[in-house]
Amino acid sequence: MKDNFWLRLVSYDLPRSAVLGLLVVGIAICLLFVPVLFPGARSLDTSARICGFIIVAVSYDILFGYTGIITLCHITFFGIGAYAAAISLAQFGPGWGVLLLATAAGICTAVLLATLISVFALRIRTLFFAMFTLAVAKSCEILMSQLSRFSGGDDGMTFIPPAAIAPSTTFEVFGLRIGGATLCYYLIYALTVIVFLAVLRLVNSPFGKSLQAIRDNELRAAALGIPTQRYRVVAMAISAGLAALGGSLLSLWWTYVNPATTLSPNIMIDILLMVVIGGSGTIYGPVVGVTVFVIAMNYLSEGLESLSDSIPHIPFVADLLNAERWQLWLGLLFVLTLYYFPTGIAGHLRGKKRERQAKLASLPEVTVTR
Amino acid sequence: MGVSTAAAADRPGPTLRSVLMQHDTIAYLLVPAIALLALLLIRSMPVWLTLTLSGLAMGMMLYVMASGLTLIFGLMDVLNLAHSSFVTVGAFLTATLMAKAHGLMPGDSLLADVGVLLVVAVLVMTATGLIGLVFERLFIKPAYGSHNKQLLVTMGGLIIMEQLVLVFWGAKEVSLSRPASLQGSLVVGNFVFEKYRLVAVVSGLVVFGVMRLVLRRTKFGLLVRAGVENPEMVRAFGYHARRISVIVFAVGSALAGLGGMLWGLYLELLNSQVGMDVLVLIFSVIIIGGLGSIEGCLIGALLIGLTNVYVSYALPKGALVSSVVVMAIVLLWRNRGLLPVTRSP
Repeated sequence: MKDNFWLRLVSYDLPRSAVLGLLVVGIAICLLFVPVLFPGARSLDTSARICGFIIVAVSYDILFGYTGIITLCHITFFGIGAYAAAISLAQFGPGWGVLLLATAAGICTAVLLATLISVFALRIRTLFFAMFTLAVAKSCEILMSQLSRFSGGDDGMTFIPPAAIAPSTTFEVFGLRIGGATLCYYLIYALTVIVFLAVLRLVNSPFGKSLQAIRDNELRAAALGIPTQRYRVVAMAISAGLAALGGSLLSLWWTYVNPATTLSPNIMIDILLMVVIGGSGTIYGPVVGVTVFVIAMNYLSEGLESLSDSIPHIPFVADLLNAERWQLWLGLLFVLTLYYFPTGIAGHLRGKKRERQAKLASLPEVTVTR
Repeated sequence: MGVSTAAAADRPGPTLRSVLMQHDTIAYLLVPAIALLALLLIRSMPVWLTLTLSGLAMGMMLYVMASGLTLIFGLMDVLNLAHSSFVTVGAFLTATLMAKAHGLMPGDSLLADVGVLLVVAVLVMTATGLIGLVFERLFIKPAYGSHNKQLLVTMGGLIIMEQLVLVFWGAKEVSLSRPASLQGSLVVGNFVFEKYRLVAVVSGLVVFGVMRLVLRRTKFGLLVRAGVENPEMVRAFGYHARRISVIVFAVGSALAGLGGMLWGLYLELLNSQVGMDVLVLIFSVIIIGGLGSIEGCLIGALLIGLTNVYVSYALPKGALVSSVVVMAIVLLWRNRGLLPVTRSP
């Protein structure tokens, strides 16, 4: 493989499917030029959400796709990041120093909690671990909604971000008016790109390869001398730290946090859906998955509304097509994805390419067992 | 045989550690131990009795909801995340049926009320059992054998079922009232017992008794227990393992429905998250109990029920956290739960 800057940038791990590559590059470009291409507050909000969740989904893919750990408390780390930023900014006033310290504190707390959970709970089998982490996530949500003196309880809390990225400020640069929101958006965008490339680097490092070995056959990995337990704990910790970063970035965008949007296991289900629909274990897949999911989430309910307006009113069908029931259709879509495209969008696209190559070489297709 | 005698020869006398690790009796003593500890800390007999009764009632309702899941998990090696939606469906069906049966309950006759409740219970169990059959065919069968896929598919099933409940019953909260003769409390001397909690304890005990009887005394129960311990052997003997699994799945779903009925009558106000809210507790119960064991499930349910009630008496905010702590302690002690029956660690 020829060595050049772009290849080094993606750690020599190309999308391995032209369509997938185009999709990811297209998403990156669209997100970069959102304020120009799709002006308006709503599209900017959707894009910021996509960026924030890309960080969360990509970090979740380290665990779910590369290490084979199913945790259901990833959202808790996201929430810790969000609340760390919110509480500090509300307590100590808006400032970059406060923000940096708060984000660092959030990441440290998330890493500590993840280490604690995994050190003692990763000994139990996969499904037990999933259930245990769900219990942790649920209790963190309830704890946060009950500590109302300090977190605003169920109503959540609002805070003011540093002036430069607050939604209310505007700048005049070379005659162009740039809002604080746009600046905040580009901060999130830049960090998303950095995290994406860093995670790509991580999963292609010897450490990342060891994680895949642990996923594929733990006994064999241990026999090869990989400290499986320690590596899984480290993977959990890294992933949790990144999720906390995503949490504090998104809370800056929202300037508001509450348990239902940052800590609820329902959001965890969304993250899982994003990763699976996109294709786990590929890093590129979750990016596509997040984009598809967030756009569907924002526009599916409108689509349903216009659909139910356009057909005659039949009692039960009208309830099914109610705009508030978009999750029903999403659930169906998810189950169908699992049955017909079990490897997600990315896996499906890569599989097609592999089929074509196999046909070209007129060799029997080699299946790699996971 | 040779191996085991050699191992026995190597083994030193019983140490505290080995007794804790190996003897199941200790698991059975946990529930009375917790209750006694609470009595020592609370130091007021009437308060303790009231709390213990409500803890036992909660535990029994949790047992009814969780027992089906532990059998399904034990026998089929399937974790059905959507189990909680059967609880929700059971609760909502009860609300509808009780509203329909309102005229049949004159108000003062305990016998008529209990009769109506029994009929409603049978109807709810039949309905949730049938839904379970359909659910098994659509969501469980295609994902046999792969834990990850099961988790994801049943999560999809959970979303769909929850949304369908919203389609059928609407997004508003539904109220559900207990029959007149089961409202209020009994006062015996200083002690106050809420009547419905007694009903919950008795129903839980009946369900436990029936399940134990079926599992220990019938051919079908024998096959189920054998299937939990070694499914290949059951298949090798020529039994239709798939049919047993399907029946157990339907029965498990029906039990979840019954649990939903008990839980709904306890809450008296339902929203579509009823099941989701107890899902975490149900999981804690089966993890603590150990997979596939209804005795373990009962102990787990009572432990969770009692600690929840005692802790929320002392620290109202710590209830759910307490069940995570109990679960963590049990897993540190026995990482397969208290009384595991299944083969896989």
